[in-house]
Amino acid sequence: MGAIESGFIGQSVRRKEDARFLLGAGQYTDDVTLPNQTHAYFLRSPHAHAKIRGIDTGKAKKAPGVIAVYTSADLEGVNGLPCGWLITDVDGTPMKEPPHPVLAKGKARYVGDHVALVIAETQNQAKDAAELIDVDYEVLPAVVNVVDALKPGAPQIHDEAPGNKCYTWAIGDKSAVDAAFAKAAHVTKLDIVNNRLVPNAIEPRAAVATYSRADDSYTLYVANQNPHVERLLMTAFVLGLPEHKVRVIAPDVGGGFGSKIYLYAEETAMVWASKRVNRPIKWAAERSESFLSDAHGRDHVTHAELALDKDGKFLALRVHTTANMGAYLSTFASCIPTILYATLLAGQYTTPVVYCEVTAAFTNTAPVDAYRGAGRPEATYVIERIVHQAGAEMGIPQDEIRRRNFIRTFPYQTPVALLYDTGGYDACLDEAMRIADVKGFAARKSDAAKRGKLRGLGYAAYIEACGIAPSNVAGSLGARAGLFEAGEVRVHPTGSVTVFTGSHSHGQGHETTFAQVVATRLGIPIENVDVVHGDTGRVLFGMGTYGSRSLAVGGTAIVKALDKVIAKGKKIAAHLLEAAESDIEFKDGKFTVAGTDRSKAFGEISLAAYVPHNYPLDKLEPGLNETAFYDPTNFTFPAGTHICEVEVDPDTGVVSIVSFSACDDFGNIINPMIVEGQVHGGLCQGIGQAMLEHCIYDSESGQLLTGSLMDYALPRADDVPSFKVETKVTPCTHNPLGAKGCGEAGAIGSPPALMNAVMDALSSVGVTHLDMPASPHRVWQAIQSARA
Amino acid sequence: MSIPLALTVNGKAVKADIDPRLLLADFLRTTLGLTGTHIGCDTAQCGACTIHLDGRAIKSCNVLALQAQGADVVTIEGLAESDGTMHPMQAAFKECHGLQCGFCTTGMVMSAIDLVARHPNADEKTIREELEGNLCRCTGYHNIVKAVQQGAAAMAK
Repeated sequence: MGAIESGFIGQSVRRKEDARFLLGAGQYTDDVTLPNQTHAYFLRSPHAHAKIRGIDTGKAKKAPGVIAVYTSADLEGVNGLPCGWLITDVDGTPMKEPPHPVLAKGKARYVGDHVALVIAETQNQAKDAAELIDVDYEVLPAVVNVVDALKPGAPQIHDEAPGNKCYTWAIGDKSAVDAAFAKAAHVTKLDIVNNRLVPNAIEPRAAVATYSRADDSYTLYVANQNPHVERLLMTAFVLGLPEHKVRVIAPDVGGGFGSKIYLYAEETAMVWASKRVNRPIKWAAERSESFLSDAHGRDHVTHAELALDKDGKFLALRVHTTANMGAYLSTFASCIPTILYATLLAGQYTTPVVYCEVTAAFTNTAPVDAYRGAGRPEATYVIERIVHQAGAEMGIPQDEIRRRNFIRTFPYQTPVALLYDTGGYDACLDEAMRIADVKGFAARKSDAAKRGKLRGLGYAAYIEACGIAPSNVAGSLGARAGLFEAGEVRVHPTGSVTVFTGSHSHGQGHETTFAQVVATRLGIPIENVDVVHGDTGRVLFGMGTYGSRSLAVGGTAIVKALDKVIAKGKKIAAHLLEAAESDIEFKDGKFTVAGTDRSKAFGEISLAAYVPHNYPLDKLEPGLNETAFYDPTNFTFPAGTHICEVEVDPDTGVVSIVSFSACDDFGNIINPMIVEGQVHGGLCQGIGQAMLEHCIYDSESGQLLTGSLMDYALPRADDVPSFKVETKVTPCTHNPLGAKGCGEAGAIGSPPALMNAVMDALSSVGVTHLDMPASPHRVWQAIQSARA
Repeated sequence: MSIPLALTVNGKAVKADIDPRLLLADFLRTTLGLTGTHIGCDTAQCGACTIHLDGRAIKSCNVLALQAQGADVVTIEGLAESDGTMHPMQAAFKECHGLQCGFCTTGMVMSAIDLVARHPNADEKTIREELEGNLCRCTGYHNIVKAVQQGAAAMAK
């Protein structure tokens, strides 16, 4: 690690981006106002499933202020929205990929499906005009539950997907698993639902699209996590525009959590329309539109079985999952319940054989895609709930059953494709138990019992695969994109630096973390480093931010560019100092001839590069500006243990979190303050899933019943405790920063930790089954049923 | 139809003829260009649009601009000193890492200042209950609570 370990590394540097956010000077998409701007409004289907027999836009087009009204009939030559990952069915055929039209064509397939685009002088005029559009719907029966969608006779959503099936996919050695089960001393069985969630970044999605006749180019401001990917998908696959004629800017983005990865219909239609109306077009989702049309998360129904020997050693895991894709395949929908889910089912354990079969199906609901954790929370939830239940059934303490099965030698090849490079699972478990004061739990439990309350303690030892991903591995698994990252280090003549990264920050603090890496490596003040992201017009390329990949992949690309800057600096210094290049050392911002006091400061070298009077022009180009692309050789594997203690009031069903303790191993940490903040936020989202959040569609009408913040319970400040957070470090072995990623861990470990705590608390009253969210209503009902 | 509106925003007199259905949040953002006040929902639940109206924290998406006739409005842009020095609550949010994406932050800071004015010595439980009207999806509230405590102490000096 050398120089990387000193300087600003490991320091809780206060964030460079905070001043603008705190002063109200952030620039989010909806803050962008362009001259002569128009406003867009999308008319959405009020029906979950309906034939569109005709659309009459005549009255709307004549309404005050209306500039244009478009329907699918107008979008000639515009393709559907693509899916970026091809999953192959167990029968060898490709997954079913029905068309995903930008505006509904012939049929609307979920409540909120886009039917028409109205563009007017003001937002109110666009809305008023939309009410004048007459859509002749023939309402069809709808199906919203994924299990129901696969039943014979279910409403058929796409002609291209008979029986609503998208694919059945499997991983693992089925016959070996069956053989292991035949020899098991104990088998634990579990049926669980991973509840559907709505991401709800506090900034609703928004876009401003503009076209310039001067050079036949487009600019799109959009709340998005990966502007280059957005541009690539939109131009190459949907609109057929030359990529270099479209600039996508994702300015300050108010949270993503996955929901802003995807190419959506709204901005695509707006870019297309901006040339037709030849004026800028603005749209910002109302929260109710976000509920209807942002890609949702989770929504799995799973049956799992764990085979154990008499000592509680895991012999095999067998999992069958049904995953809801929603009405259409969103950008990465297909890989979430497969590649990012089933490959994690070994968890932290030496389970020798694992088999998982996944059936994905279409329903009349909003598309489902990655949401913080994306597949890995679902996998962890299956593993850690079934391990908890196995421990409870066999009378083995929860820490002990995990210790008996931990992987302790690395690298470790799991039976489900992944190769863990490093880890230290005992250390995280020990530390989590220490900060959770597990030793004092028995006394606290008996004290609670005296007050008529039920205490429970729940563990979750999670692992995730981050740093996504080696492109060739992803490609062999069906990815239709590369998964590297790009970075550029532009050293200015006076030695200050602008860094361009393909990663995108929408809360993660890259402007600070990446600057810490650069300032440390170059030995310059952190004020002399600025980080630019989120603009295809400024950043060379980028795959963007998701899957906790920014530091491990995007940070490494910057390190590789820094290596080139320093290597070139050494050549320049060797010339200026009249020494051999091999004798030049770079440390603390100085190029020095080894063993002498002869040196040149970093700023002197950069100035020489741009004012090359005394310069080896015959051998070296002027300038000091280096780029690098980094494609990782493996995933990274953050892991840890979360322990939750709850107290349940059996009279009301109210679950109170007494404490939540997390010990995580994210590899090397650049900024502990930012990392802790990421953990806090993830924990809160996971607690939200486990206690509060549940997206519900009416099973008859297909209407979204939880369509506002009045009906869908996001965690509020008084729903969660302060958290106890610690870290242990085993550095990642295959990137120079030794970093693994920290963005999703909280949301992965916390749901099973909390639910296991609730199950532990309720075990004394005989409750054996409970699905998330553990709302007072559900908990109370479970207690009453158990008592009956 | 437009109706004349006169009020004070961040210490400056403001006059405009406005559509009577214009919300105060939209008036601040669109008419005055004060985009630090954010709109995060349509049901007065998220609190991103919180401002001070005659000294009280209110959700500006839930108030017609005309209801602010003659009022004294302070937005996030009006908190810092003229040289850019942050209000102690803004500084505390930075110091405690009480913000991530920044979208809820401006409303959160406005609520926090109002909270401290009413409860100068608020404990953690009170702070959490008082922040019920402001949603944050990034921080898990842990560092926001710390920031409010630190900001309260700084404001008391």
